[in-house]
Amino acid sequence: MYEFFFVLIPRHFPFLLEGALVTLELSFLSMAFGLVLGLATALGRLSGKRWLDWPLMTYVEIWRDVPLIVQLMVIYFTLPTIGITLSGFWAGVLGLSLNLGAYLSEVFRAAIMSIDPGQRAAGMSIGMSKPMIYRRIIFPQAFRIAIPTIGGYFIALLKDSSLVSFISVNELLRNGNIIISNTFRNMEVYMMVAIIYFILSFAASRLIRHLEHSLTPKYLRRQGRKAKALAPEIAVLP
Amino acid sequence: MSEAPLLSVRALHKSFGALNVLKGVDLTVRSGEVAFLIGPSGGGKSTLIRCINFLETPSSGEITFDGRPLCHEDGRVFHVAPERVLRAARSEMPMVFQHFNLFTHRTVLENVIEGPLMVKRRRRDEAIADAERLLREVGLHDKLDFYPDQLSGGQKQRVAIARALAMQPKLILFDEPTSALDPELVAGILDTIRALADSGMTLVVVSHEMAFARKLADVVHFIAEGAIMESGPPDRIFDNPQNPRLSGFIRSILH
Repeated sequence: MYEFFFVLIPRHFPFLLEGALVTLELSFLSMAFGLVLGLATALGRLSGKRWLDWPLMTYVEIWRDVPLIVQLMVIYFTLPTIGITLSGFWAGVLGLSLNLGAYLSEVFRAAIMSIDPGQRAAGMSIGMSKPMIYRRIIFPQAFRIAIPTIGGYFIALLKDSSLVSFISVNELLRNGNIIISNTFRNMEVYMMVAIIYFILSFAASRLIRHLEHSLTPKYLRRQGRKAKALAPEIAVLP
Repeated sequence: MSEAPLLSVRALHKSFGALNVLKGVDLTVRSGEVAFLIGPSGGGKSTLIRCINFLETPSSGEITFDGRPLCHEDGRVFHVAPERVLRAARSEMPMVFQHFNLFTHRTVLENVIEGPLMVKRRRRDEAIADAERLLREVGLHDKLDFYPDQLSGGQKQRVAIARALAMQPKLILFDEPTSALDPELVAGILDTIRALADSGMTLVVVSHEMAFARKLADVVHFIAEGAIMESGPPDRIFDNPQNPRLSGFIRSILH
């Protein structure tokens, strides 16, 4: 115990934190690209153009139906054979972004479709353009609906980024493995790795909850969903 | 009769796949006129006003609004005006819907200023001042910061009417504005519509409120099977219908 807290932690923690920083970089970059890709894919599929729909659907299916680790291996080890060489880090970002984009496109598609088409018609009927309607009416509502699910995927991404250690990116898990191969203290080091992952994910989950809260109109706050369902129709004389 | 009509519709057709909903509708609305569209469900009333506002694109025919053609036939080719022209026309003939269709993430005030700010590019303080005046006129000045979910159906519909008025329209389209309301709230909305008619606003109203149509309408158009079967002043339409479909319809609503 004494050794764990006063020898191993001071000695190895900085190296693990370096790895954790790479984990965060991987996650935030992939999240940013994944959000853009997911939104673009969802809008493409909702555009009603068949020539656009089926290639996008094919992308979504392929990237959802192949294990992430296999995708990363393919990108890192096979792309060089056709002349595209990526560093482990960028191969990881590419793989994670494409994977996340496929999942998020379905989240966005569902959220956008859940907005009553009557609001779109109302926007059109006062002369708003389609991009204006998306930006002002549909996205703000759809985004609020999608936030908890997007947050779930972000936490999954933080942890799945550990798979990138297999393509020799020095992120948190790989740095842990390096320490273990030098010290053979696998129990203590994996414990530290686990604790760091937990702290990162827990912080992310609090951040998402905060975001969700700040996007909720004031009159719905604190009461949550239940209150909305019970909100009385306030009948006042017409 | 020298004055050109505000809205004119000629030989308008609309089909959804194999289903022909409108089969050649002719309709003229003059400035300041209150026109009611009545008729059985599925007859094409709602489709007609959705086509006028281009929420649905007609299949063929001609629509002219305030001197601008929105769609027309050139030889055998059907032309639709560019999106920019359609948007400008829509902003001058907004629609009030059966189910209100308010923007649920926006407050009452924000619902009303959205069009003036985004479409008409007005200054925010002017848009707010106008919206507050309109909301006072419809009796909602104390609900500016409420969200649609916190309002009754009748209040929601009055916000929708204020939202349409905020566009400073030349014509307002009403698509069954009272059909989704509780009976005790209907009268309030009808009063609001009557006040609009009295102020000289041009109205095209799809409605099942026959007593109301009779009192308020300048012209009543009876639509069935995708065509206007008979048009005329309300007294003649209700008391002395010529078309057998219309007399059947009037008998059925009077029991």
